[in-house]
Amino acid sequence: MTGVKRIVLWVLSTLSTLVVLFGYHTSTSATMATATGSETAITGSVQGSGTGTTTSGSAPPDDGGSTSTGSSGSSSTGSGAGSSSGSSGSGTSVTGAVAQTRYGPVQVQVDLDGSTITDVSVLQYPDSDGRDIQIAQYALPQLIQQTLDSQSGSVSMISGATYTSQGYAQSLQSALDQAGL
Amino acid sequence: MSTAAPAVARRVEHVMGMPVSLALRGRHASGPEADAAWDAALAELRWVDEVFSTWRPDSQVSRLGRGEVTVDECDPAVAEVLRLGDAARASSGGAFDILLPGPDGVRRLEPSGVVKGWAVDRAVRPLLALADTDVCLSVGGDMVCHVADDAGEPWLVGIEHPLDPTRLVAQVPVRRAAVATSGTAHRGAHVVDARTGGPAEAVASVTVIGADLTSVDIDATTALALGLDGPQWLRSRLRTGVVVWADGRAEVVV
Repeated sequence: MTGVKRIVLWVLSTLSTLVVLFGYHTSTSATMATATGSETAITGSVQGSGTGTTTSGSAPPDDGGSTSTGSSGSSSTGSGAGSSSGSSGSGTSVTGAVAQTRYGPVQVQVDLDGSTITDVSVLQYPDSDGRDIQIAQYALPQLIQQTLDSQSGSVSMISGATYTSQGYAQSLQSALDQAGL
Repeated sequence: MSTAAPAVARRVEHVMGMPVSLALRGRHASGPEADAAWDAALAELRWVDEVFSTWRPDSQVSRLGRGEVTVDECDPAVAEVLRLGDAARASSGGAFDILLPGPDGVRRLEPSGVVKGWAVDRAVRPLLALADTDVCLSVGGDMVCHVADDAGEPWLVGIEHPLDPTRLVAQVPVRRAAVATSGTAHRGAHVVDARTGGPAEAVASVTVIGADLTSVDIDATTALALGLDGPQWLRSRLRTGVVVWADGRAEVVV
């Protein structure tokens, strides 16, 4: 390879954006959706506004955890019962309660630095075939804002409204292709 | 969580008036096997363009649209695409249609909303046959991703901000799935609500992630055409994606 450079697109997940922590859809129509209807049961959200961070949400009916659900991030059914523990500096770690899904128990942990999510770990996966077959396919999208701070990602490919060959020259995809990384 | 990513070999060609970008990493990231698979992928895309392009007066679809040939006289792939279009019209309540009303109110055969994703699903096959090789093939911003190792480093797909294509609005780690974005960037409001023929304007872009590009491309276009109803429609189909509204607000759909 010619000088393996990396374009690192530094991004920041801001408070005003909804960050979905965990949740995998399936490659078929069978998903983790439970009695909550058309929304996936195992999704999490952290939402904040201005100052302070709110982690709230609802868990499936048979559980009282803080793994939140709903795409708007403002679900109010159920109460957040996850444990929150401080870590180094201003970092905070929030552990969601175990949520029961049709594929088995799921538990996530979120590390926050102030209002910024620094890491999301899945502490517990279902052990059933559901996980093996389907969870590995893709994670949920994370809303980001490109800034020069905090969270980063090394993006491989850009999905955007159909580029024509003319529009391609100015696109981020073109920059990635030319960088050859 | 992330380790140093392996080297990525990239290739770009232009087919169907769109850039075709390929990223490979792993055993056959470069070399004769990769060259052959890339050539085969491009050949497939060029064949699809010859058959389906509405810009080519002599394509089978152009001739079909003018009534010069019947579906039975076309390649069987044409009937397959028309069936996909019919299914999409039914599931979208008519918002998606491959018979689009023009300014004069006359409906014309315009199957490109179906063809693109379908073509990439076909074109990527020889690349997926490369052993121990990760593949990400994008045509004009819609892509199929594949990671050879079940637990391998996912491709990180950036989702372009529709109002500022120099920025990203979201990112999604993908191992084996397709990502399609429909929006108004780059070509203006080229998606129309087939129910009215008017441009789809409430939503700036819709990205859908799912198992195959044929269906997620159709669903992204449909959700864009549905406008305000798009996100709920995606949820009703248990889709995962990102909607960016015309004012720039972004929403994850799950």
